[in-house]
Amino acid sequence: MTPKPNFVHPYIPNSAPANKEKMMQELGIKDISELYDDIPDRLRFKGKMNIPPAIASELELRKHMTGILNKNTSCEDNLSFLGSGCAQHYVPAICDEITGRAEFLTAYAGEPYEDHGRFQTLFEYESLMAELLDVDVVNVPTYDWGQAACSSIRMAGRITGRKEMLVSGTISPDRLMVIKNYCEPVMKIVVLEFSAETGQMNIEDLLKKTGSNTAGVYYENPSYLGFLEEEGSEIANIVHQSGGIVIVGVDPISLGVIAPPSQYGADITCGDIQGLGNHMYLGGSLGGFIGTRDEEKYVMEYAWRLFGIAKTSVEGEWGFGDVAYNRTSFGVREKGKEFVGTAAALYGISAAVYLSLMGPEGMKELGRLILQNGLYAQKKIASLPGVRLRFSSTNFKEFVVDFSSAGKSVAQINQALLAKGVFGGKDLSGEFPSLKNCALYCVTEMHSKPDIDTLVSAVSEILK
Amino acid sequence: MNIQKGSRLRNFHQAKWDEEVIFQLHTPGERGIIVSEADPEIQQEVGDGLSSLPSHLIRKEGPALPEVGQMRVLKHFLRLSQHTLGADLNIDIGQGTCTVKYNPKINEVFVRSPKASKLHPYQDQGTIQGALQIMHEMDLYFREISGMARFTFQPSSGSHAILVMASIMHKYHSLRGESHRDELITTIFSHPSDAAAAAVKGYKVITIFPDKNGFPDMDALKKAVSSRTAGLFITNPEDTGIFNPYIDEFTRIIHEAGGLCGYDQANANGILGVTRAKEAGFDMCFFNLHKTFASPHGCGGPAGGALGVTKGLESYLPVPLIDFKDGRYQLNWDLEHTIGKTRSFYGPFPVILRSYAWIRSLGEEGLKEVARIAVLNNNYILKNLTEIEGVESPFPGGKHRIEQVRYTWEKFHHQTGVDIHNVIFRMCDFGFHLWTSHHPYLVPEPCTIEPTESYSKAELDEYLDGLRHIAEEARTDPETVKSAPHRSVVHTIDESWFDDPQKWAITWRAFLKKHGEEFNKKA
Repeated sequence: MTPKPNFVHPYIPNSAPANKEKMMQELGIKDISELYDDIPDRLRFKGKMNIPPAIASELELRKHMTGILNKNTSCEDNLSFLGSGCAQHYVPAICDEITGRAEFLTAYAGEPYEDHGRFQTLFEYESLMAELLDVDVVNVPTYDWGQAACSSIRMAGRITGRKEMLVSGTISPDRLMVIKNYCEPVMKIVVLEFSAETGQMNIEDLLKKTGSNTAGVYYENPSYLGFLEEEGSEIANIVHQSGGIVIVGVDPISLGVIAPPSQYGADITCGDIQGLGNHMYLGGSLGGFIGTRDEEKYVMEYAWRLFGIAKTSVEGEWGFGDVAYNRTSFGVREKGKEFVGTAAALYGISAAVYLSLMGPEGMKELGRLILQNGLYAQKKIASLPGVRLRFSSTNFKEFVVDFSSAGKSVAQINQALLAKGVFGGKDLSGEFPSLKNCALYCVTEMHSKPDIDTLVSAVSEILK
Repeated sequence: MNIQKGSRLRNFHQAKWDEEVIFQLHTPGERGIIVSEADPEIQQEVGDGLSSLPSHLIRKEGPALPEVGQMRVLKHFLRLSQHTLGADLNIDIGQGTCTVKYNPKINEVFVRSPKASKLHPYQDQGTIQGALQIMHEMDLYFREISGMARFTFQPSSGSHAILVMASIMHKYHSLRGESHRDELITTIFSHPSDAAAAAVKGYKVITIFPDKNGFPDMDALKKAVSSRTAGLFITNPEDTGIFNPYIDEFTRIIHEAGGLCGYDQANANGILGVTRAKEAGFDMCFFNLHKTFASPHGCGGPAGGALGVTKGLESYLPVPLIDFKDGRYQLNWDLEHTIGKTRSFYGPFPVILRSYAWIRSLGEEGLKEVARIAVLNNNYILKNLTEIEGVESPFPGGKHRIEQVRYTWEKFHHQTGVDIHNVIFRMCDFGFHLWTSHHPYLVPEPCTIEPTESYSKAELDEYLDGLRHIAEEARTDPETVKSAPHRSVVHTIDESWFDDPQKWAITWRAFLKKHGEEFNKKA
């Protein structure tokens, strides 16, 4: 259907009749539909799309959108203890200021000349992450931790020429689904057993399953279930001895106080930058990182973009650009390493600002605070009758609470908490058969003592 | 080098702060932000926290992050933002295939709302009804735009949506006992990821080249299909801007061979409401929310892929889908043949939210007007640009082009000795961006322009004047063009640093390890 002749929209300047007329005249056409001559009639869609009419007034649009968004109630309106791969952390004002800058928000694929700032900022992101991870190479962010883990695993497969990846049984089930789909049918994923008491990886099982076909092992530290995997060096020894590669997923927010995986044998470190200066957005603002040593055999297996620094024709001036572009699918299509495309650069910029603000002291203070708040919350909640901590290991940020002797299911408890304005920890009953009526609680720097006390007294009341 | 008054071109100069790398601003003891301390009672109860850690897991030396005062950090990144030519400041029509259009500011207001930014994916579904409504209604709108039966917004980008299509295709064939189908057909003018993401799923890729008219070669397609054909991933209009009028014949041939067809609709901006995946016979298709649907590109993401399938493939989609049942929006995890997940949680929500607001602002007739004006603008540029001596639009096929054109400056290069990269770098001097094409450069000395609907006639004329000026300059003063950029942030970059493992430095610490001695001597 031809639009009304007076349909002029602010987003479409040449919808103004005078502009349109002049341009059509120059092209020698009477109707824009002439420009579609090459689309045969049988392929034309002649109907009306069942999409509501324009809300062209910005004020009306704002009212409409506010109406819908107000049906949400947020972690700011409530007290939330949800984590599981997306967590509330404080976002410094400057992070929002910089990522809201029109230049960064709307830039895309400019040359390293006109987009020098984009290249430098993402180079700085790589560099700051490298310090945190204690590695020499980090990629421009990919989609999320899941994709970073997938690419890390495929890198290990290519480097070793082996087809089987051992994966810890305590990684995020969501991520395990992503990994399995990504690796099918090129690599086989074998899940490792873990200790029912401590959650730690079963080393006997690792020994048993490691062989000449093992490309490596992938585990997370802290694990999805919040505890720290303590035998990193031993795991690395076993896997390295059989010629495999060690991949560790890590929560970067822990690395001000906890040793980075590269210091206990990880060859590839990966994870997510959501916590580093990015809001949660329903889990929609993730960004994946991969870090390695600066060895050609690793660098050339990265699928994602790597920005490097370089001299320019002017002494003392530094430029930036794509390192080893011809390893990517942009350069050589299906002969490249996996594929590359638009991913999550803006979240990398936010992480760069975040780490620049935090510095080493900030990261240390933050790590300590999260430990302290977590310890307090664990102690208080485990003091309730019928409630205990599921694993005896040390935790960072998240911990599993076992309600199986509490007389109520996690689902019931969470419903009752919700009525009190509290989002209880994630119900693990569906994800892990061995963790029926357990919940994963997340405590960060955002929680105050009264917040934690509110949770504990609410649970206490519910269980009475 | 200056522009005469009366020209539409600007005497532009980009900001140039000679800004340091952040590590050079390190001043021990400065602080960018202070973190709260634990409540004294908590400290009393649990101690310093650190001693709870196994000693071998305690970080011995803190990360060597820079220590910089807050205002200096702000200034640093503000300066770097000024070193970046965002689309908001630019007439950003030179990045063809990427649909760089206006990203309405009002949408940023919605995204910044705590009702969007402070939602956790595992909140009770009753507390996120607004978010689920937006995703569900987007599903309904995209069904209309494409004719497909069901959409997911889990893919993080267009390339990621291709991976999801390849995953669905793989599962579909293997459940039918046809795992021997291991060949994927695409075309050279489809996005590189149509080939590359399929290869991730183990497919052998067969690439169809254009015939003399610029249409994907039908005879080559007929030769390529066999009992090993898993399917076809194809862009239309292709990156040349040429619409393949035989597209339904392509899908028929693939279906006859037992394959599935995935429509890459990255170039859909000129065909919204005009022609759809359904009528062309496709089983799957995807759109890029950060391109056609106006979510900002963010320096390279966040992006979003809207992936749709026919009824028969709905049960293969990644979980969860969003249903509307009994008056409530609900996550549906129960899909019989699901490929599982391809991203954590539900998709890039801020991107989905912006695109939703954009669609609502335009409505049905607005979307059609977007397409019509994008095509008008494109053909206006096409007519004017090919009037420049030595610049052509290759391939005779098609009287017009849809939303973009891949041009060749080959004759121009022969005539002037100035190549397309020289032209591109000289464009920087006027505050413009221009891009070549994906690799390989099948069209020699290429550039790809996609004007979208966002720019006025006056702005299109200004951009054309930039190209006309450089074309003229190439004949009168070629050295100025060849030595460009002159008014950008930096000068000609030594590319040898990027492909030599001895030299490349992907982080500041690697730079110091490899080049520190020389660097420090000069400093």
